[in-house]
Amino acid sequence: MRSSRFTFYILLLSLVLAGLWTGSAYAQGPTPTDNEVNRIARQLYCPVCESTPLDVCPTEACRQWRDLIRTMLAEGKSEGEIKQYFVEQYGVRVLNEPPNRLVSYLVPTVVILFGAFMLFRGFQMWIKPSMTESRLEDTKPEAKPFQDLYIAKLEEELKKRK
Amino acid sequence: MIASFGFGVLIITFLVTLYSVFAAIYGERKKIPAMVESARRAMLLTWPLLTLTASILIYLLVNDHYEVQFVYEVTSRSMPTYLKVTAWWGGQAGSLLFWSWLMSAFASLVTLRKWDRDREFLPWVIVVACITMAFFIGMNVFFENPFAQLYQMSTGVEAHTFRPAASILFIPQDGNGLNPLLRHPGMVIHPPMLYLGFVSFVIPYAFAMAALITGRTDDRWIRLTRRWTLWAWMFLSFGLVLGGRWAYDVLGWGGYWGWDPVEIAAFMPWLTGTAFLHSVMIQEKRGLLKHWNMLLIILTYDLVIFGTFLTRSGVLSSVHAFAQSAIGPLFMGFVSATLVASVGLIIYRWDSLKSETEMTSLLSREALFLLNNLLFMSILVVCFWGVIFPLISELFTGQTVTVGPPFYERATGPLFAALMFLMGIAPLSAWGHSTVKTIGRAIWKPIVGALIMTAIIFATYTRNAIALVAFFLIALVILVTIYEYWRGANARQKSQGENIFAAFWNLTGRNRRRYGGYIIHLSMMLMAIGILGIELFQVETQGTLEVNQQVSVGGYDVVYQDIAQFQGPDGREVTRAVLGVYKGSEYLGELNPRIDYYYDAQQTMTIPGQRSTLRDDLYILLVDWEPASATGATFKIFVNPLVNWLWLGSLLFLVGVFIAAWPEKDAEPVTVRSQASVQQQTSAAD
Repeated sequence: MRSSRFTFYILLLSLVLAGLWTGSAYAQGPTPTDNEVNRIARQLYCPVCESTPLDVCPTEACRQWRDLIRTMLAEGKSEGEIKQYFVEQYGVRVLNEPPNRLVSYLVPTVVILFGAFMLFRGFQMWIKPSMTESRLEDTKPEAKPFQDLYIAKLEEELKKRK
Repeated sequence: MIASFGFGVLIITFLVTLYSVFAAIYGERKKIPAMVESARRAMLLTWPLLTLTASILIYLLVNDHYEVQFVYEVTSRSMPTYLKVTAWWGGQAGSLLFWSWLMSAFASLVTLRKWDRDREFLPWVIVVACITMAFFIGMNVFFENPFAQLYQMSTGVEAHTFRPAASILFIPQDGNGLNPLLRHPGMVIHPPMLYLGFVSFVIPYAFAMAALITGRTDDRWIRLTRRWTLWAWMFLSFGLVLGGRWAYDVLGWGGYWGWDPVEIAAFMPWLTGTAFLHSVMIQEKRGLLKHWNMLLIILTYDLVIFGTFLTRSGVLSSVHAFAQSAIGPLFMGFVSATLVASVGLIIYRWDSLKSETEMTSLLSREALFLLNNLLFMSILVVCFWGVIFPLISELFTGQTVTVGPPFYERATGPLFAALMFLMGIAPLSAWGHSTVKTIGRAIWKPIVGALIMTAIIFATYTRNAIALVAFFLIALVILVTIYEYWRGANARQKSQGENIFAAFWNLTGRNRRRYGGYIIHLSMMLMAIGILGIELFQVETQGTLEVNQQVSVGGYDVVYQDIAQFQGPDGREVTRAVLGVYKGSEYLGELNPRIDYYYDAQQTMTIPGQRSTLRDDLYILLVDWEPASATGATFKIFVNPLVNWLWLGSLLFLVGVFIAAWPEKDAEPVTVRSQASVQQQTSAAD
């Protein structure tokens, strides 16, 4: 009698534990959708194919990597953790931009600012002497407007006929 | 036999090109016009020789001569004839030959013009064009022989130009076939269009070098090559658009531009070419920026060669692959040598390139064009850095990185916005001098109009701040352009007594460059609308549907109805889905996305089903994440708002370029009455 009661309690405990285990599996959530997988796959590049994002890569290897993303999402992993996993496996080249943004943005920024500075200096050099000259121009007697118009028209016509 | 004959003609062409270079230099240095004429005729001879070479290659392609390595790599028996012909540019060796053939055609066209006034340019134009041609033909002769044949040796099958000892000719039963991605109509025309653009930019470069060598550094070389530059720019622009259309139709990711290094390689010369097109106007009108214009055309030329090098040398896959590739270092050497020589010439002629006048106003048109140049160069810097940064990273750290769309979009977005703002202001500024007041008087009405349009978009379409700023700028440019057109037509209407339509027509005819340019600006804004729509408002979903199951996206309801699998006529297996499309209760039609599997290439192609309107594109892909069956299939569905404005804008762009490049009518004589004759008539009237 005592042994059958003991067996009953063991069976009951086993059932409860089994229920808890399946309950916890259910609590992992439904299977991630294709859209959720794509959201992350779009930010990763195929480690094998050139310049091909993971969400559009047609190879079998990419199919397996997308399945892996789905599995990791189902396990509750975050986007950052999934991307970090791929980086650890395949290197930073799987990310769609360099992790060190400072280096990638610094050089073009410096070059562009330098170009803008050179242009600004150029403007300063061009405009300043002509401002000095225009003051000198102000002291000259006014040219006859009609002759200026005639000369301007003539020059325009000559240029057109070149 | 035929292949060997083709190779022989190629060698002869190479020698003729070299002769042309040396004869032109010798004839010019020794002042022997007959030698220069001989050089010109030698250059003319290259086109029929290369046409013969190309014809032999096409004959081999069409007639399934698989003992020729190139034919084996790019064709197969199941391909239709037209694709076998276009396979000419479907591989490295053939595309290099295609480049040379186009170069010889353009060089011949140039030498056939009248040279009476510009005789001193001729020898140097021949030298530059033939050096470029000799380089590309040399690539074919020494490294990428399109006529190399396959031989069975004791070690296996190898390709050789001449039959090695103890070998026999190997003739495969069938070829590999052209990459299925290249069998799309867009890909048939895209490489020729792009190469036309690349090659035709060599001509203004050749004239620029001739101007530097001869010391004729006035704007004569610019006037001679103005139309060449415009046509080159048109071909390059349209080639880029066609590439985008091809990507949209066959690459299966719902986009048209992925900031792929190969795309950027063609985009970079377009940036400098566009800057050059604007900048030369400053030299023509005001005699300014002669150094800068020389530098721009040199940059464009070297970026053209660099672009060809990037796509052909393997350097983009890995810097180590580049080092092992035969042609990579040679391309790099040629680019470096031409850059050094060209810049050396600028330094040599530095004093003679001094500006004739000065800039007097920060708001003058020339100042704003300079800002325009700065912005284009800035975008170039971003693109160039993005392309070479992975190589630098690999070289110095051993670690490869990827520079993808986020970098380019973040970095170039503000620059493109600034460019659009300039496009709204610059047409209203004057050559020589403008003030805030003069521009303000002209621009306030378009600004008000743009604000009203932006408010309407805010109320009815989107609250996205970036989109609103962009739409404001687009509206501003469109309204400024229309306003400029209207001002000119109105003035003409009043002065000539024409009706408004005749006034518009004649106004455009009288100044085709200017008003053709305005139409090009308008077309760019239409394209910008399309780009904004797809970039900012694209909606996407993916899922597996059972038969008769429905999914809703972007206002559409899509029902999976059927799937079929059958053999295509050209050796492919087709899996084709049938989907019904509804908007509310209205049935809009049927779409048929499909997957084509090519047995010869062992490759699949994903062709979308598309429903295109001006409002948006419904774009559906049959995705093979899971095998498709009658019970279920996986679809990726995009709704791409406004994207068709991109393609529409590109058609208007062609119209604009044709107008801008059309020869001007002879200038109408202008009567200018002298003061003396006015006084005479006045006294006579008295």
